[in-house]
Amino acid sequence: MTSYPDVSRETFRLRMLIFDTRYRSLTIQVVALIAFMLLVAWIVSNTVQNLADLGKPIDFGFLTGAAQYDINQTLIEYTNRDSHLRAAFVGLLNTLLVAALGCTLATVLGVIIGVLRLSRNWLVARLMTVYVELFRNVPVLLWIVFFMAILIETLPPPNAFRGENATASMLLGDSVALTNRGFYIPEPLFSRSLGDISVFGAFDISLDLIAFLAVLAAGLWASARIRARADRIQNQTGLRPTTWYLRLGVVAVPVLIVLVALGFHLGYPELKGFNFRGGIYMRNSLIALWLALSFYTAAFIAEIVRGGILAISKGQTEAAAALGLRPNRIMSLVILPQALRVIIPPLISQYLNLTKNSSLAIAVGYMDITGTLGGITMGQTGRELECVLLMMAFYLAISLVISTAMNWYDARVRLVER
Amino acid sequence: MKKSVILGALTVAACAAGAAGAATLDDVKARGKLNCGTNTGLVGFAAPDANGDWQGFDVAVCRAVAAAVLGDSSAVEFVPTTGKTRFTALASGEIDMLVRNTTWTFSRDVDLKFTFVGVNYYDGQGFMVPKALGVSSAKELDGATVCIQTGTTTELNLADFFRVNNITYEPVPIETNEQAQQQYLAGACDVYTTDASGLAATRATFEDPTAHVVLPEIISKEPLGPLVRHGDDEWADIVRWTLNALIAAEEYGVTSANIDELAAAPTTNPEINRLLGTEGGLGEMLGLPADWAVKAIKAGGNYGELFEKYIGQNTPIGLARGLNAQWTDGGLMYAPPFR
Repeated sequence: MTSYPDVSRETFRLRMLIFDTRYRSLTIQVVALIAFMLLVAWIVSNTVQNLADLGKPIDFGFLTGAAQYDINQTLIEYTNRDSHLRAAFVGLLNTLLVAALGCTLATVLGVIIGVLRLSRNWLVARLMTVYVELFRNVPVLLWIVFFMAILIETLPPPNAFRGENATASMLLGDSVALTNRGFYIPEPLFSRSLGDISVFGAFDISLDLIAFLAVLAAGLWASARIRARADRIQNQTGLRPTTWYLRLGVVAVPVLIVLVALGFHLGYPELKGFNFRGGIYMRNSLIALWLALSFYTAAFIAEIVRGGILAISKGQTEAAAALGLRPNRIMSLVILPQALRVIIPPLISQYLNLTKNSSLAIAVGYMDITGTLGGITMGQTGRELECVLLMMAFYLAISLVISTAMNWYDARVRLVER
Repeated sequence: MKKSVILGALTVAACAAGAAGAATLDDVKARGKLNCGTNTGLVGFAAPDANGDWQGFDVAVCRAVAAAVLGDSSAVEFVPTTGKTRFTALASGEIDMLVRNTTWTFSRDVDLKFTFVGVNYYDGQGFMVPKALGVSSAKELDGATVCIQTGTTTELNLADFFRVNNITYEPVPIETNEQAQQQYLAGACDVYTTDASGLAATRATFEDPTAHVVLPEIISKEPLGPLVRHGDDEWADIVRWTLNALIAAEEYGVTSANIDELAAAPTTNPEINRLLGTEGGLGEMLGLPADWAVKAIKAGGNYGELFEKYIGQNTPIGLARGLNAQWTDGGLMYAPPFR
């Protein structure tokens, strides 16, 4: 006969919290949690108390006061009479602009370099290795300053374009000017503009842009439908109908009609007074920051792409080759789609890194949120803690949005497993 | 329950201990060094020389305070600060005092909780342009690109000036004077604006200073002076009266050349006697030795000597005394009585 210990009769005693292994780990966790929360509470109350003693209790009222300073690059209307909050918003948009530009260029460069690094061409592969090692082993701040120095010291100032015997000239039929203050490029203008609509009274969005994007999106959607149909026919009959002119047509024709209807033309930059006027002015700070962040992050992305490609077994390439696919098609149809599953998770953190690294913008005087809210506003109002807390909240929010979006994409390309 | 009460009490006690700051004077004495915030590099006001020793008009105030408090003008740890970092450095206690061409304004004094102890240079904001630009007035600068140190009052004055005159400009925010200089010389900005003294100091370091002009407009009042944190009036008094001692010394004709003689025995002028500690007990009232002012003045000389040595007419910077002359000479330098 086997005897079982009678569990139900054992009564719970307090000392069991420590001596009974079933409860001990729970006890330790609870004590650690309480200790941690007390520590946090102590730090917070200490900070609040000290600030109050200094006569600077935490107060976000300063955000509604007039900012009084000017910002050079503003994506929305802004004057120095506007509030600190709006100045912070202008900075936030500048951060988002450089992050979006940077992530795009870094991805394009990174994929190209990552693929080329695996090239069988000895010279190309070695050059890409040099690129990767050079860019990822030097701090990004130095690259930012370096790119800025190159722009400032090598390009001509605007007044070199002036006069009869000008030492510099504009490029591409007098439409683009590269100066040491930045690049001036033609801007799209509409002579029969639809005007702007105001969003929450905070900023305006051009209706022309919305119309253009809407028509473009509709065209792309139609093009995708045509492609799906071609796929279907190919699956059924084995013959793929020629559709490229149809697909080009449904995208290009409506877009051209909209552009003509709106009276699209280009506004060219012209030298007037001290600077070029007209056109889109890409400041040297934006370009330096954009290029430095992109080139730096591209080195990491290249390694991620290379790792992703190497993770796909060689058998896949060989099988695809056996089916008669050419190397380019093997890469785009077989290898890259599978490699994406490996590539995307680390790619997310590279996007986050790039966005956070953009806070180094002040090194070249780019007015991102660190330059406006965390720089001038903080200096003028002396609200260090409030400004830093707000900036942390902004960066946290941006990062969470980026990771959510990328995780959604990752879930889409993930292999469907049963 | 009992435990949480004890922990709560500990928390409160820790808060109280954290809030009650020790006196700055005691801290400085215990450390044996004065932490003084200065410019990152503005020739004439604060810049390291060839040997790495900090030299300049602002630096001299730090040295005078160190001499008065510690008896050694070299017992200073210079902390270079930018326009952006200076106030945080002072508020956080990283530095004991700040002498960095800092303008005394209402909001800095009242809202940022600092105490400005006086003015060591009366300045105003000016504009510098290359002569080749052919500009003779700041009002002709419509559309110009302007380099400006970010986080300064000049940034706000500039915005006001261009708005009032209804002209536009393109601000290029820059962190330090050296970066501004680089961009200005490369032509990445047409104009450099900062305090007129700063412009003179910057121009003096150019290869060809004569190719640049400072425009006649002075668009603001910029009283520059040393400042300390709110809440330690004893320390503020020490810095204030050290600066006043340097100014008064010039007024009374006390120089680094004759100070040993004057301090050896009481003279016929009671003001000098009180200043140099041969009469009365002013040093004691400050919590310093009786000869505090003697040491402060010997550190580099009186106000006039410092001015001539670092930024005066015979230096590359070549500033005239102007507003910074003694009140007896029609200037604004006026030390309250030592009594």
